[in-house]
Amino acid sequence: MYDTSDIRKGLKIMLDGSPYTVVEFQFVKPGKGAAFTRTKMKNLLSGGVIERNLRSGDKLEPANVETKTMQYLYKEAESYVFMDTTTYDQVSIVEATIGDSRDFMPENINVEVLFFNDRAVGVSLPNFIEQAIVSTEPGFKGDTSTGATKPAKISTGAQVNVPLFINVGDVVKIDTRTGDYLERLSRA
Amino acid sequence: MADERARLAGRRGALEARSRIVRAARAWFEQEGFLEVETPARVRAPGQEIHLDAIASGSGSGPDGDARWLVTSPEYHMKRLLGAGFERIAQIGKAWRAGEVGPHHQPEFLIAEWYRAGAPLTAIADDCEALVHVAARAAGATNAALDLSGPFERTTVGEVVKLHAGVTLVGDESVDALAGKARAAGIDVTGRATWDDVFFQIWLDRVEPQLGRGRPTFVFDWPAPLGALARRKTDDPRLVERFELYANGLELANAFGELTDADEQRARFLDESATRGRLGKTVYALDERLLAALPHMRPTSGVALGMDRLIMLVLGAADIRDVVAFADDEV
Repeated sequence: MYDTSDIRKGLKIMLDGSPYTVVEFQFVKPGKGAAFTRTKMKNLLSGGVIERNLRSGDKLEPANVETKTMQYLYKEAESYVFMDTTTYDQVSIVEATIGDSRDFMPENINVEVLFFNDRAVGVSLPNFIEQAIVSTEPGFKGDTSTGATKPAKISTGAQVNVPLFINVGDVVKIDTRTGDYLERLSRA
Repeated sequence: MADERARLAGRRGALEARSRIVRAARAWFEQEGFLEVETPARVRAPGQEIHLDAIASGSGSGPDGDARWLVTSPEYHMKRLLGAGFERIAQIGKAWRAGEVGPHHQPEFLIAEWYRAGAPLTAIADDCEALVHVAARAAGATNAALDLSGPFERTTVGEVVKLHAGVTLVGDESVDALAGKARAAGIDVTGRATWDDVFFQIWLDRVEPQLGRGRPTFVFDWPAPLGALARRKTDDPRLVERFELYANGLELANAFGELTDADEQRARFLDESATRGRLGKTVYALDERLLAALPHMRPTSGVALGMDRLIMLVLGAADIRDVVAFADDEV
């Protein structure tokens, strides 16, 4: 068991049957009252953030969660197959757990897989990926300062809005959190 | 060392403002006719409050070699002066509270404490209001998030708990009754076994974050279980003569209409000592000299105000570290 003195960012604990991670905490002590710790905690399953005020001495149950770096190998029916990069063990994760991450998860990419009670419950992508454009309208050298964009596709099938000068085969940098094009890294 | 030089250089502006504010506060006390007093930092009886822990400071020089503690506030000795007929006394000095570290807490901090014999609690609220203005002027640069254009808000615990938590507080309900009201309002009070723990769960979850937003707010009329050294209100003994001043998320000051009934004070001290013992905390000596002085005090109002927090408020600092030269982990 943890108590409130163990609280720090990233501590994983159980609350109401779900695993949470501490994202913010602050010592508070209302006048003439006991010490409390104000916390913001993120539900590792739903992503929802809650606030909890824990009294000094409250006990907290550790959450049985761990993250492993795994390589995404391929898609098989409704599942995605990953390989542990240290043990080479393979696991299948259902599409529902992958969620929107699939859009920016090209094959062979390394991701962090979150396990809760030894079951894979989520993947988190690197913040940035580098991907070649597989289809888009032909590029043209025009005014590059207007910020005009056009749709383009990467290998995962996801669509990204890119500047007009981008061609098929160009490698671009994408922010996986927003899906935004950031820059061209190399030309076709 | 290079890091420290850069850090201290970065704090220069705040330290200069701090110096101006403390000087202006002292000048204001003098102008108001207060006698500035210095009471001991090392004492026999640092205070019985259940949730305050003192820092040990060796032993006394007398033959009994009694244990000494750093004061958690200068209250007891200042009241001994009041018992001897001193009427308007003020002090700006250090106090120490073990284990308190956070954006609004340092184990060693600067406290302003003052008393007005014969004055009502509202006179102390007026003092606090004046002192915030004094500090804001001395700070020079204005904190845009602090609105001092109008009078401070004056409300009560009952009103703000009703308004922000939807809980009707009586003050003498049982802990179970209070917990039931909290649960009905959707507040999780699991594991809260005492009246004040249930109250503070409600307070921190729903009420305190809403206080003193924009303009500072005095919250008067605290429930008797949170009375500490305050006297009961004559028109409603379920409440005590106490206020707290909140501004921009900072708890700035705590004031009492001082309890002068030595018998009731002794009973409260013994009750707190017993609770401390039950919780496995150090039980400090009872301050018999304070208890002997209380009956000689006139009806008096007094307050403790956190000077570091006052400086944070007028400078708009988010962390107490930003307004001290050396935090506890930087000594």
